[in-house]
Amino acid sequence: MRRYSLVILLAIAIFAALPYVLPTYYLSLTTKILIFVLFAMSLDLLIGYTGLASLGHAAFFGFGGYVVGLLVVRGQVSEWIALPAGVALATALGALFAVLALRARGSYFLMITLALAQVVWGIAFGWRTLTGGDDGLPGVKRPTFIVSLADENSFYYFVLLMVGLSALALVAIVRSPFGHALRGIRESETRMLALGFNVWRHQFAAFVISAAFAGLAGCLFVYNTRFVSPDVLHVVRSAEVLIMVILGGVGTLLGPAIGAAVIILLEDFVSSLTQRWLLILGIVYVVTTLFAPRGLVGLYRDYFSRNRKR
Amino acid sequence: MIALDIENVTKSFGGVRALTGVTLSLNEGERLVLLGPNGAGKTTLFHSISGNILASSGRISLFGDDITQLPPDARARLGLARTFQITNLFAQLTVLENILLAVCGAQKLTFKFVRPLDRYDDIQKRARALLEEWNLVDAADRLVRNLSYGEQRQVEVVMALSGEPRILLLDEPTAGLSPAETLRVMEMVRKLPRDMTIVMIEHDMDVAFEIADRIAVMHQGRVIAEGDEAAIRGNQQVSDIYLGVE
Repeated sequence: MRRYSLVILLAIAIFAALPYVLPTYYLSLTTKILIFVLFAMSLDLLIGYTGLASLGHAAFFGFGGYVVGLLVVRGQVSEWIALPAGVALATALGALFAVLALRARGSYFLMITLALAQVVWGIAFGWRTLTGGDDGLPGVKRPTFIVSLADENSFYYFVLLMVGLSALALVAIVRSPFGHALRGIRESETRMLALGFNVWRHQFAAFVISAAFAGLAGCLFVYNTRFVSPDVLHVVRSAEVLIMVILGGVGTLLGPAIGAAVIILLEDFVSSLTQRWLLILGIVYVVTTLFAPRGLVGLYRDYFSRNRKR
Repeated sequence: MIALDIENVTKSFGGVRALTGVTLSLNEGERLVLLGPNGAGKTTLFHSISGNILASSGRISLFGDDITQLPPDARARLGLARTFQITNLFAQLTVLENILLAVCGAQKLTFKFVRPLDRYDDIQKRARALLEEWNLVDAADRLVRNLSYGEQRQVEVVMALSGEPRILLLDEPTAGLSPAETLRVMEMVRKLPRDMTIVMIEHDMDVAFEIADRIAVMHQGRVIAEGDEAAIRGNQQVSDIYLGVE
């Protein structure tokens, strides 16, 4: 326990010091990484803990982002309303999708989430008068929460705070009785039913919580890029975050965080060399499933950790 | 008091009749063993009692409550616990974690999001006490998938017991076990409190006759004989179809 607190304090110190060390470009890259860390962790609550593989998670990420973008650009609404509204509406969309998708399991669940997400993407793409269609909505100004978050440093701290608090909440959730029940559901739904657990309600709650954090990540993402386009809702986004989770290690919260950092850094590096990022992403996925099916965290546990479970 | 009352229950899968007009009734604390050849409908009857499948017609009541249409989790909350014919555990979790979940379910500790499960002292204590009582302390931190089949069967029985159920359904708890493991599981069943109502599916004659207060023999979806050991041993129809003509 003491070792844990030390690691956490050290991490806080390092992250707090980054703006004084990193050049602006790499600081904004770190901001982007943090946002995707949250996005990937939110998805892993669903995949790794509850055992529901979704290929439509960008729907909540992008929907949250669009709500913020539309309210700020079209409605000139205060950030005090826009950000909470973005999260709340992404959560509501999560509840709706959960009701529809939880009728299926396995690859059928995957296909339904994919189809539902494509509907949202189609609306953003097609409803030009509202969303600007393919051109997107430029001019989403950074928010002012007591202090202005317009510059990279203060926005970085804001994202760090939001992602840090969300990570704490997610850690609490997975260690709580609810989180343990989700693991049980992942392992055997019929057994959980026989023990008296209402499985559907647990899955519904997990789906909605997951959508809420994905929505928050989407809002932060749009504030970060000051721009929203159908790209945030695209199936490639859903696949990318899924690969982050798988690369890092399904069923841990640290894994997806590492996976998100690796993918974003790799994308940044590759984009200076070639346009064929999706090809590289595909190769990363294939290599992961072949050589590290339980992700980087699994790989570490297999080779270095002494206290792995018998 | 009548613990379990099954009235004229029928179950069809498409055109196939798995159960036809099954009527059985158990008093509180009674131990009934279901016998019958493969395909007789024993497990289908179990699933109808536990809610994993719903009866096509008829009525099932548990301690006076009509449960015919209830989902399995609601029946569990009324005090019904079961094991499965094919071991059904949380394979990637440890033995302790398996039992902890069972205790959480039994104590209706659900939708608690904040305090870690490690800090629920009463739950932890109860789970550890169960492991101690049933000699599984040494296996507490082992993953269930790494246990032997016999050990898994024992974990499954402990899991079913952790909620102190009023009625327990055991679906072939000793199938596939070595003679030594069979003895161990039967010892567990023998140690169960006398006021717990038990329905058990069993193929081993010696085990069945030893445990049962009453025996029901099923064949082709019907109960064809019911009674104590002598009545079953003396029943010509049972001998013909099940025990073999001696």
